[in-house]
Amino acid sequence: MPSPYGPKPEAAPPGLTAKLLGFCEELRSEGVAVGTSEILDAFAALEQVPWSSQDDFREALAATIAKSQEDRRLFELLFERWFFRAAELEAIERGVGERGQRQEGGERLDLDELSEQVRDAIVEGDDGQMRDLARLAIAAFGRQEGSGVVGVDVQRIRRTLGLSAGAQQPAEDGAAALPPIDRDQLNRFERHLRRELERDLIERTSTLPPSRPLAELDRVLPTSPTQDLAAVHRAVSQMKRRLATLGHEQRGRRKGRSVDVRRTMRASLETGGVPMHLRYRPKRPRRPEIYVLCDVSTSVTSASVFFLSVLHALHDSFRKLRSFVFIERISEVTEVFEHERDFRVIAQRISSEGGVADVSGYTDYGRVWLEFLGEISEELDPRSTVIVLGDARTNGREPHAEVFAQIAERAGRLFWLNPEPKLYWNYGDSVMAAYERHCDGAFECWTTRHLENFVNVVAGGIPAND
Amino acid sequence: MAPGSVAEVKEALAGAGYLADESAALVSFLAQRLDKPVLVEGPAGVGKTELAKALSRATGRELIRLQCYEGLDEAKALYEWNYRKQLLRIQAGGESGWEDVHDDIFAQEFLLERPLMQAIASPDPVVLLIDEIDKTDQEFEAMLLELLSDFQITIPELGQVSATTMPIVILTSNNSRELTEALKRRCLYLWLDYPSLEREMEIVRLHAPELPETLARQLVEVIDMVRALDLKKPPSIAETIDWARTLLLMGAEDIDRATFEQSMSIIVKHRTDIDLVAERVGMKLAESVRPQT
Repeated sequence: MPSPYGPKPEAAPPGLTAKLLGFCEELRSEGVAVGTSEILDAFAALEQVPWSSQDDFREALAATIAKSQEDRRLFELLFERWFFRAAELEAIERGVGERGQRQEGGERLDLDELSEQVRDAIVEGDDGQMRDLARLAIAAFGRQEGSGVVGVDVQRIRRTLGLSAGAQQPAEDGAAALPPIDRDQLNRFERHLRRELERDLIERTSTLPPSRPLAELDRVLPTSPTQDLAAVHRAVSQMKRRLATLGHEQRGRRKGRSVDVRRTMRASLETGGVPMHLRYRPKRPRRPEIYVLCDVSTSVTSASVFFLSVLHALHDSFRKLRSFVFIERISEVTEVFEHERDFRVIAQRISSEGGVADVSGYTDYGRVWLEFLGEISEELDPRSTVIVLGDARTNGREPHAEVFAQIAERAGRLFWLNPEPKLYWNYGDSVMAAYERHCDGAFECWTTRHLENFVNVVAGGIPAND
Repeated sequence: MAPGSVAEVKEALAGAGYLADESAALVSFLAQRLDKPVLVEGPAGVGKTELAKALSRATGRELIRLQCYEGLDEAKALYEWNYRKQLLRIQAGGESGWEDVHDDIFAQEFLLERPLMQAIASPDPVVLLIDEIDKTDQEFEAMLLELLSDFQITIPELGQVSATTMPIVILTSNNSRELTEALKRRCLYLWLDYPSLEREMEIVRLHAPELPETLARQLVEVIDMVRALDLKKPPSIAETIDWARTLLLMGAEDIDRATFEQSMSIIVKHRTDIDLVAERVGMKLAESVRPQT
């Protein structure tokens, strides 16, 4: 029987289904584990929510697909991009454009008035209005001298409108000071600007800009303490979770187990009350004791900030953690980390009162090992893990690899994280090879991705390819 | 039985004293429509457990709670054979044949039902709360899989016990370790975070309605400031409410420095945190205008 609405539209390309699958495919390529069952759930969930609300649509998808906060973050980024691109691609294919219409009205607008309206919209946080105003702003003075680079244009328009985050400068004519603008709100407006500029660009060129993977942007080594410390914290919290589950699989296989009387009695019923099979209490996982030694000399300046932030994050995660910093001498900084929560203050205190630099300020690994062994050796046992963060550049001094070997022998595990790419190891005064032999693992570590890789290896997982 | 719209769920939860945000309401709605368990993650004290309790009140279902801890095993979570009773049965029925006794002692009668079993076997629909799942071992998670995907439990001696009514299952996790993919795959995911100023304000007004509006606003702003600091344990929503009630009892009209210092221990509970909060937040508050008695 023919449908009353006329013939069905072409089955291929099948609108939303294909789009959603494409979206999931892109999520997978960014490292989110999206299984078939998740996709099925997503479709089931979408049937339950109204289609008209973008929020519900997104939340329903997120609840079924993104199963951790990390995933959720990627999901948000990709969701915006994917569905925006999908809509624009459709527009190109169908030849839908809004050229000609949007130019009007822009020229007549007074700059001050526009700026005022934008401020209002930002303070109110009205998304729809911000979007409209973003388009007006672009129409008014975006196109003519546009640089063609979206990011540059966004900042130029923002400056022309006189918008900046934080408290506002009082107006020159003595009028009342403008209300402060929240940084997040301003970012939202900038996102709208960016979005509209991109839309414009796509419309003009009739092609989508090449999509580049997100991950690169997110996983670069933070070089300044203010730059995304959160990424380090994320990697470390992952490490913490991995270490927490570590060793569970080996439970109950060791000697020295104790008998669980209750379960033995219960099991004895099978044999008429005679306890033939002993049942044991499960073994509790070991709590790792961690010693971290961190090089803070000038040769690793950029990396030591990263390392210190790793240390900082580790301190939040482990109870039994002792940390040391060294240049020529070694100094314990566990106390500093325990009492101070602010990362910047920690960095400052370590540099001022750590007492690690002696005369030259050049790293002396040999002496550091001797001191470490002298102070700590009795406390090292097979349960402890030692992690060294440093570049193994001895500045021509005696490396004392044999002392290092002793440390490695006493500690259960010893890992070395080197902030230099593997290519540079053993060039110049680097004596990495001498130390590497005694380590349970030596890793290059200059991006958070490397850090994750390290976490994987330490936790016994499969090393990520890079 | 299942709710018709997200707004309906939100309203019902509000009726039960829980102000859900959009995503929490939506996921609760989906959980009931799709009969899927919900995994709720988030920092401590944002109302993960409370969500389950509110759902139970809102739907009029009984709440069955399984508190997880390290070393929890199936005997304490699923079921256990009541072996004393079984022994008694064997001794009492001395004259009857072994066959009879054998069939008999593995009957429902000798089964001790633990929370998960109760939730499955209950004739009325229930809300099952599996609290702090991240505290258990991976083996326990694996054991949950059958329950979460098929709502059934297999007992070797008895066979399968399937749920007659679909329970709403809420699992909470403080994210202290990574849960297995298999478990996550079977659940809807909900991340709860600290509420926005406005929502927290509503929550305070709901639970301490006598508190004046201005004081409530001041209170949530201070709490927001405290949470923005890097504390060992940021104040939870429950502590916000406690603090609001304390201020009521103290008869405070304004949060000045003296009031704050007196009652600060209600929201901050770590030695180092207290110093930090007193220094960073206490100093910003106005000096007391009233003379101290």
